[in-house]
Amino acid sequence: MKFKRKEESSGDIPTSSLPDIIFMLLIFFMVSTVLKEYQGLSVILPEAEKIEKLETKRHVTYVWIAKDGTVSIDDKLMEMDNVRHIMYEKRVNDPQITVSLRADKGSNMGLITDFHQELREADALKINYSSRTEA
Amino acid sequence: MPKLTEGRRERNVEIPMASLADIAFLLLIFFLVTTTIDMDKGLGIVLPAKGEQTEVSKKNISNLLINARGQILLDEDQVALRDVEPLVRQKMAENPNLIISVKTDRRTTYQRYVDVLDELKQANANRISIANPE
Repeated sequence: MKFKRKEESSGDIPTSSLPDIIFMLLIFFMVSTVLKEYQGLSVILPEAEKIEKLETKRHVTYVWIAKDGTVSIDDKLMEMDNVRHIMYEKRVNDPQITVSLRADKGSNMGLITDFHQELREADALKINYSSRTEA
Repeated sequence: MPKLTEGRRERNVEIPMASLADIAFLLLIFFLVTTTIDMDKGLGIVLPAKGEQTEVSKKNISNLLINARGQILLDEDQVALRDVEPLVRQKMAENPNLIISVKTDRRTTYQRYVDVLDELKQANANRISIANPE
């Protein structure tokens, strides 16, 4: 019976490097996780099709505008007239700043225009109208 | 004092490594669950700087007006929302330097404005100007 002389290979997968692989995945997820989340206001974002990703999260300021005209920047409620001061400060600290505007889809353009004017006063001109894809 | 060293038991000081993978897995699963992949998406535009006024000849400007009821007027013609894209595309083909000036009423809804902006983006109109409502 010559066939029986076949070498018996052990069927075990080498697991000694398993912790290393897991640690690498772990470190990847730890680095990519962003724990800084804002509460914001309750808004229903408008829908759009041709949407693009924000290039980076680092230079982004989130602004919420609710239907009733409430403005919230970094979870602080404020008057529309004060937006320019806050935004100017932010722009001085970070010239590449992008404003991600999360306005309710039912809000009036009057509000949005006022906000545009405030941003122009603060010279923060890059704006992104946050929207979601149509379901 | 040979007796003391002889009597002491040699202890095994290795940390048990068998459960290391399990611990790492647990952490991994925690981060997998807490990671939010949903990126911020939206329509990006750049507002004109304050006090910046550039003279643009009339033939390079296309006016797009949206009234409070959401009706759209593109260069004196009332158009439906879905017709904005082909019309703008056509106008862009005729004049690549065309600037679309979007003007809204103060009572226009934001959704309508985003819809129109979306149409303009789909028509690859990159030169969009946001005019102040009257």
